[in-house]
Amino acid sequence: MTGYRIKQAVRNGRKLIVADPRKIELTNYADIWLRHRPGTDIALINGLAHVILRDNLWDVEFVCERCEGFAEWSEVVEGYHPKRVEEITGVKAELIEEAAHLFSQAERASIVYAMGITQHTSGTQNVLSLANLAILTGNVGKEGAGVYPLRGQNNVQGACDMGCLPNYYPGYQLVDALESRHKFTQFWGTDLPDKPGLTLPEMMDAAYSGEIKALYIMGENPVLADPDANHVVKALKNLDFLVVQDIFLTETAELAEVVLPAVSFAEKVGTFTNTERRIQRVRKAITLRGNTQSDWETLVALANKMGHNWVYPRGPEEIMEEIARCTPSYGGINYDRLETRGLQWPCPTSDHPGTPYLHRDTFSRGKGKFHGVHHIPAAEEPDEDYPLLLTTGRNLYQFHTGSMSRRSKLERMRPEELMMMHPDTAKDYRIKDGDYVQVESRRGEVKTKTQVTDHIPPGMVFLTFHYKETPTNRLTNSARDPVCNIPELKVCAVKVKKVMN
Amino acid sequence: MVSITINGNQYSVPADYSILKAAEENGINIPTLCYEEGLTITGSCRMCVVEVKGVRKLLASCATPVTEGMEVQTESERVISARRDILRLLIANHDLRCLTCERNGDCRLQDYCYRYKVEDTPYKGDKKHYPIDTDNHFFIRDYSKCIKCGKCVSICAEVNGAHVYDFMERGFDTKVTSAFDDTLQETTCTACGMCVNVCPVGALVEKSVLWEGRPWEVKKVTTTCSYCGVGCQLKLKVKDDRIIGVTADKSGSNLGHLCAKGQFGWEYVHSQDRLTDPLIKRNGVFEKASWEEALTYVAHRLQGILQERGGQAFAGLSSAKCTNEENYLFQKFMRTVLHTNNVDHCARL
Repeated sequence: MTGYRIKQAVRNGRKLIVADPRKIELTNYADIWLRHRPGTDIALINGLAHVILRDNLWDVEFVCERCEGFAEWSEVVEGYHPKRVEEITGVKAELIEEAAHLFSQAERASIVYAMGITQHTSGTQNVLSLANLAILTGNVGKEGAGVYPLRGQNNVQGACDMGCLPNYYPGYQLVDALESRHKFTQFWGTDLPDKPGLTLPEMMDAAYSGEIKALYIMGENPVLADPDANHVVKALKNLDFLVVQDIFLTETAELAEVVLPAVSFAEKVGTFTNTERRIQRVRKAITLRGNTQSDWETLVALANKMGHNWVYPRGPEEIMEEIARCTPSYGGINYDRLETRGLQWPCPTSDHPGTPYLHRDTFSRGKGKFHGVHHIPAAEEPDEDYPLLLTTGRNLYQFHTGSMSRRSKLERMRPEELMMMHPDTAKDYRIKDGDYVQVESRRGEVKTKTQVTDHIPPGMVFLTFHYKETPTNRLTNSARDPVCNIPELKVCAVKVKKVMN
Repeated sequence: MVSITINGNQYSVPADYSILKAAEENGINIPTLCYEEGLTITGSCRMCVVEVKGVRKLLASCATPVTEGMEVQTESERVISARRDILRLLIANHDLRCLTCERNGDCRLQDYCYRYKVEDTPYKGDKKHYPIDTDNHFFIRDYSKCIKCGKCVSICAEVNGAHVYDFMERGFDTKVTSAFDDTLQETTCTACGMCVNVCPVGALVEKSVLWEGRPWEVKKVTTTCSYCGVGCQLKLKVKDDRIIGVTADKSGSNLGHLCAKGQFGWEYVHSQDRLTDPLIKRNGVFEKASWEEALTYVAHRLQGILQERGGQAFAGLSSAKCTNEENYLFQKFMRTVLHTNNVDHCARL
């Protein structure tokens, strides 16, 4: 959908710069395509900022009035002159100059990114460098500008907003801040742990080492979705107790001691929050299948079995009322208001119209801060033993670990994994289109069919993580960004050899 | 703003409105076949013609901007006569097997023939008979029912960007088709199904609805797509407690546009693989259990570990597929029942 809108904008005469190692469809629409090496985003973005600064194309007024940290930051980008950036990224210096000029001259420019930016050991720094570029050119806080992270799942925004994070209560209220802990202790009427918890990759490590004894998984499939899958499986098998709630017996559910059947979106009532922070209704279209019940009912029943007194006779609508009472950004949300169209948070009061874009007059932290960030190489790069760079992603017709899309007609469009490999690389390996290969990394191996294509550059291969027959995440590296713990799913080193089907 | 008169009543409307939009916003329905909000206005079907005082010809209301003092008649005798002629010409070359057509009761051509009392056509002659193309996985193409409105051509080119369709040949031989008149698999089609959703007649029909029920028996439920984070609004078509298809809903930011997953990815809901009962693994084998039994079992196991090890022995992974309400309760469960902040989900991946 986002792709549709970008293509429509180009057709309406807008300019498009695409930065992607892959020849994605949007490159056909791009005025400039920056085909940088995976894992060199910061160098590329700093290079663009360097040119904008050098040629005096930045928004002096915006930076002076609304930002801080400019002086220190400008010293960092000083070192990223286009020739040096060309060496790191592989993108011609002239093209970097051209892109910098095009971007800075736009009256309003948007930056749209997804996991290509975040799934790196430098993920947080990558995002910061994009934010630097946006504030340098005054492209924040106005309609049609801004930095847009695209959410991959229907309610990943909502799950974050609701506090399914180890350091936040609902509405990003810190668990280790005395004030918010006090508030929730009162609100829920029980003592609360005071230290932030473990992140998902840390949980897997803790399960592996035996510190975590029991894991409760509601609607996730880490066996296929998480990096270094062999490690994940060992971790899950090492648990004393694993309970999984899902609509299918996924690869993860198979390892559980108890599996609780859940319901699909068509059988439940509730809300999802989308990538533009819009809270929207989910409506029940069909009755329950078999002996199933909604996840919320299961959680309520289990809490009550364990001695609590959770009562929501009016169901999800009543739960949303509780959310609104403890989550300031959802304060004005109720089902009546969501009936015709969703609302974008922050929506603090019941007469607030919602907020289409953030940082209008002031940033949430006050001043917009420049962060000087340096290029950091990926944790594992190709070498003699593992000479090819593996990057992972998705295809249009499948979704995530395939538990839903593979059980629909979409399966007929792409029934199996096709590892992309450049014709030059394929020639070196004597691999033809349609050949089967074994791909091996330091962590595991998988078998896959090959598609020979210039969609990706030489020396690189591309796999999705949709297919249990080719569980790509056995190969990927669980090396993490030190700030937010996101694993480096976009870069690791592999070797391939041709095998018989 | 400009002031215009429609059917004798005065209205004040923005100066950049078309007559059609001015009428629509004031509750006056003008029939259209080729018009679709957001797509290029071709003005080709002429169904929306209106009479404007001082103008000799009838004007296509979709393509005519309002002007100050304009006086418009949307249902005058001349207008009705023109619309009748258009309809008679259209049905002269249309497969009229409405009895079994999937769009029977939900067809613009049928609706307008009824509205203007067009029962037959005086224009007897050749009719085109095209074989029904059933080659692609998702929908049929029955061009004997195509009225050449061109909306499929426009939405594919202008919204998806796939440019799968175009008009071929001229005059009576005109046909909408894909490059080299080939099957859709041989084209750039991404199976978004938007062409099916804008088709005003029965030329493009989802395979999943074929022989499943008449349009008036199908309940449409507006909801949010279950796949990615865009949060497209769509309508689930439900018959006999089963989803049989999806159609556009224009209330959300997606403006009725969808991709292959939202349009055709829903069948997992009815998969035979769906879990239907709680399962408890005993001696390495899953056995069906009642909810009471399973929840007691889980509560007992969790309670035991809680007493022995405390909250730090627990971790929970919530779901970006579940609702806000469920995610809220999940973290509340982890924090207040199991006394741990070890709660996370796939946002970090």
